[in-house]
Amino acid sequence: MNTRLPVLKTWKLFIGGAFPRTESGRTLAIDDLKGNLLAHICHGSKKDLRNAVAAARKAQGAWQKRSAYNRGQILYRMAEMLEGKADEAAQLLAATVPGGVRRARREVETACDRLVSMAGWADKYAQILGNQNPVAGAFYNFTVPEAVGVVGVVAPNEEPLLGLISLIAPALVSGNVGVAIGSPQHPLATALLGEVCATSDVPAGVLNLITGLRPELLGVLADHRDVDAIHAGGCSPKETRTLELGAAGNVKRVVVRKTKGSDWYDDRHCASPYWIDSFVDSKTIWHPSST
Amino acid sequence: MKKHSLNFGDAWEYAPAPDSTPVVIAKSYGLFIDGAFVSPQSRKTMPTINPATEEVLSKIAVASAADVDKAVASAKKALPKWKRLPAKERGKYLFRIARRLQERAREFAILETMDGGKPIKESRDVDIPEAAKHFFYHAGWADKLDYAFPGREAKPVGVCAQIIPWNFPLLMAAWKIAPALACGNTVVLKPAETTSLTALRLAEIFQEVGLPDGVVNIVTGAGETGAALASHKGVDKVAFTGSTGVGKLLAEMTAGSGKRLSLELGGKSPNIIFEDASIDQAVEGIITGIYFNQGHVCCAGSRLFVQESVLEEVTTKLAIRMQSLRMGDPLDKNTDVGAINSAGQLKTIQGYIQCGKKEGALLHQPNHRKVPKKGFWCRPAWFEGVQPSHTIAREEIFGPVLAVMSFRTPEEALKRANNTPYGLAAGIWTDKGSKAFEMASQIKAGVIWCNTYNRFDAASPFGGFKESGFGREGGRQGLSAYLELV
Repeated sequence: MNTRLPVLKTWKLFIGGAFPRTESGRTLAIDDLKGNLLAHICHGSKKDLRNAVAAARKAQGAWQKRSAYNRGQILYRMAEMLEGKADEAAQLLAATVPGGVRRARREVETACDRLVSMAGWADKYAQILGNQNPVAGAFYNFTVPEAVGVVGVVAPNEEPLLGLISLIAPALVSGNVGVAIGSPQHPLATALLGEVCATSDVPAGVLNLITGLRPELLGVLADHRDVDAIHAGGCSPKETRTLELGAAGNVKRVVVRKTKGSDWYDDRHCASPYWIDSFVDSKTIWHPSST
Repeated sequence: MKKHSLNFGDAWEYAPAPDSTPVVIAKSYGLFIDGAFVSPQSRKTMPTINPATEEVLSKIAVASAADVDKAVASAKKALPKWKRLPAKERGKYLFRIARRLQERAREFAILETMDGGKPIKESRDVDIPEAAKHFFYHAGWADKLDYAFPGREAKPVGVCAQIIPWNFPLLMAAWKIAPALACGNTVVLKPAETTSLTALRLAEIFQEVGLPDGVVNIVTGAGETGAALASHKGVDKVAFTGSTGVGKLLAEMTAGSGKRLSLELGGKSPNIIFEDASIDQAVEGIITGIYFNQGHVCCAGSRLFVQESVLEEVTTKLAIRMQSLRMGDPLDKNTDVGAINSAGQLKTIQGYIQCGKKEGALLHQPNHRKVPKKGFWCRPAWFEGVQPSHTIAREEIFGPVLAVMSFRTPEEALKRANNTPYGLAAGIWTDKGSKAFEMASQIKAGVIWCNTYNRFDAASPFGGFKESGFGREGGRQGLSAYLELV
């Protein structure tokens, strides 16, 4: 008879490339589908979220300045690391998400492929979203897409890992940095992604992950003056309103996806350059052309 | 000795005299709803005046919530047929509008100048031709939308509520209406309360070209009319150009409503002059940047940063150049600086000038021309010794007031240029290409003018970063504000 007691882990937050516990000292217990205690997670606070935004802002300029080629490789490295953790990730997902290990495995694999697909956009989206403009005059005029800055991500409960990665990747690949509030119902996917980032050359602060409860965190993210945009999924009309209302204070770009079910698995839907387009601003540059 | 004569050949032709074009202004104007001019249910009107003479030009209807309701209903009724019209035919209506605008350009230019106070040379050479170009440019897009966004089918958004400012009245109407219509949407437009006349005349063109009833509706009025329009349940999209303050209110008003939103808001744009710039050209660029349209320009280069080594040269030349600006009758084609758009705006500008002096900056108004007795006038002004914390260096003035500051290194210029919640535009003056492009890529603004300023084109996307708004107007990028991609 096996009497060994399993080592239960308390998953921590991921902020500025480190794994701090929540400053609030709070934790939440996570049960598996049978009701057995699976793990504890940090019950992230408003202050954790603000710390994460500060870490993100610090990392933004340098991340945007990296070559697109390099950003693409780092996103691809994330896919490599996630693939290596695919079994663990599938087990963690299956423990709390109905549908079994096979479903979970498919979600993880699609999440890896999503990262690969998005990694490939790094040095191409500007060629799709930008262009030269034929103005009537002796000017050379062109438009390029540029990162908006710090993007707040609100992950859905449905497909908690795939949803989270699908919402983060278009922001990261275009030189934005992210602060993500993970799925409140299935936070282990969020916590695991932190471990993926920490081992895949993602510079400190480029992606920050908070686990906790939406009602506490959503309004803070929406109101935060140093967050430039929000990418959310799986939100109720009330939550959407909270996000859009808070966003008005500093004219944030807000995109609340209505993506559901099998759409998360659809590359045409989730891995198109138009998802990147939401987190870039077009910059148009004029210069006289004459001798 | 050879006798010299002043024979310019045809190099300097006389421009046509504005007074040879009759501009008939009706005593009053109703609302333009469902293809016809109708009296407002509110029975309220407001006078619109010529800000250069304070004469009343006409009476404009004030649309109430009930009037807005009628206009939205009309746009909604027109939508199914308009969006199902073959795209090429939709485009042809826009081509017709563009042509009629070109043909009636002089009349529109005079009316625009009378109603808004801007110099005739600007309305004649910029506002009206650019408005026509906007219709022409978007006319061609109507049947090519599926090519604009590869891999997607482009569908119209629906009924668009569009609220525009008073600084470029017709041009802003064109910026809003042309892309909306090309993309198969219908429109309810609200012009600014001080400058409705050219939008209403544009409605006459819609009638002339046989644009189907209800495709464009125009409701005149002030803020209340705008609020009723933006919050109307029948509206699918709100597009606004104006102040950041009002933009934020609209964002709050539409939060959670499912309405699409695009905002073109305020600015406090930096105009940066490096020591290696062509100084004479740069000085012209400063003038164009801040005194064009009396500084009533959202992307005005209102913060001038000059590299310390050339500060004295630049300010000396600027002061001399400003002496030769002609301020006065906007209908005189030699006028450079026209009238301030309204008494209210003049008061705002004067308030900022007082504030600049009080906070310790030194005011210069080198132009000593006589100010006309009537009307609203403000001598072009620049401030020396401005600190980054001064109100005049931080807030949008929307008038001919320039804050001059200096810098030593490109890094410092960059830091200070970006030190603002706004991000609409920027100017960079240098003869070194690598420096120009590095600055251009680091400045957080939607439009960057290198060695030029205040250039606009229908094919060139315009719009801001940060609190200067989101969404673009013009160019391929501008279309997405009026499309659903499926």
